[in-house]
Amino acid sequence: MALLAEEPRYGYQLKTAFESATGGVWPLNIGQVYTTLDRLQRDGLVAVDAGGEQKRYALTPGGEEALGAWWQMTPSDEPPPRDELQLKVLLAIDHGPEHALAVVTRQRTALTRLLQRHRRAHPAGDGAPLAEALVADALAVRAEADLRWLDLCESRILRTTQDGGTL
Amino acid sequence: MDIRVGPDRDGAPALEMVDVVKRFGSGATEVRALTDVSLTVAPGELVAVMGPSGCGKSTLLHLAGGLEDPTAGRVRVAGLDVPLMPPAQRAALRRTEVGYVFQRLNLVVTLTALENVMLPLELEGVRAREAKAQAREALASVGLTQHLDRFPDDFSGGQQQRIAVARALAGRRRLILADEPTGALDTVTGDQVIELLAGLPARDGAAVLLVTHEPRYASWADRVVFLRDGRIVDQSSATDLQFEPPEPLGAPT
Repeated sequence: MALLAEEPRYGYQLKTAFESATGGVWPLNIGQVYTTLDRLQRDGLVAVDAGGEQKRYALTPGGEEALGAWWQMTPSDEPPPRDELQLKVLLAIDHGPEHALAVVTRQRTALTRLLQRHRRAHPAGDGAPLAEALVADALAVRAEADLRWLDLCESRILRTTQDGGTL
Repeated sequence: MDIRVGPDRDGAPALEMVDVVKRFGSGATEVRALTDVSLTVAPGELVAVMGPSGCGKSTLLHLAGGLEDPTAGRVRVAGLDVPLMPPAQRAALRRTEVGYVFQRLNLVVTLTALENVMLPLELEGVRAREAKAQAREALASVGLTQHLDRFPDDFSGGQQQRIAVARALAGRRRLILADEPTGALDTVTGDQVIELLAGLPARDGAAVLLVTHEPRYASWADRVVFLRDGRIVDQSSATDLQFEPPEPLGAPT
């Protein structure tokens, strides 16, 4: 809808515009595009101009309103994220500190290596297109966040065992 | 004393630690700071050391810089056995082969940028004219060529850290020891300082041992070493072609 707000577009145009806007990391198939457009049309958010050979799509006033609300919406922290890394560490602590630390270490080394490679593949300030640079930043920062969390896991597990407590 | 005279040490690792043990105190109050640590840093290599506080990172840096002796094991800097050295020679080694960058900048506020970089060279006995030339060269290598007659407070935090890096580098050190050099900087400025350190080895052949707790900065390293309870628990190399899955972590009992 954000792309349609710029100008009315054909289905295939939408696909390429979306892929270019997201730095090429989010490929779409054309079927997904038309399914989404059909749904938006059904909900009255998008209208079709069938003047030419192909269907050209444009936002309706209702669509513009919905888009405005979408820009305003912020991520909510409920429900908590479920990711495999968290699940793995949480399950590992039931198997004792040694196993938990081994799992943390393994994950951390692999993620660190990923980040080291990423850094080499995307050096800062290399004049890459803005969208690509931002996507690269997002991936790196997410890996950094996971690594920082694993460091916290390590510290907390160590502290718990040093205090003589159980996990 | 010129410790650089002698057998050719050009091929020697910048730092070589073999089976290093470091204990403080004895008996009931004994603290094992490092246990069986072996670590080699090749010329030009950037190695990051990570680990929770109290894991032995600082002790490792002190040993690498010859500030402390290992309880057991071998420590060599640029091919020279540090623990065997008489104090005068050791002091000379610290001055001529090792450069330091700290979190707190430790620049002398009453000296200009240029004078700060010249200071260790002059302490080493380099003549003023030569020291000035070497200091200018080091400052240029970190991108500072102007306003060298200004005082540290006239520079931004990032620029001050560049001056500190230049000072650590001046005089062609073999080993730069960097202890949380980005600790006082914002992310973008920290990035610039680490990129600078990462770029230096290629330019000068100096090795860098970087202690940091930030994965972001560690990721610039050729190798990341993880310490826990004084032991190296794992290493991550950027140049390994493939992540080799180690032994499966069997279901513990």
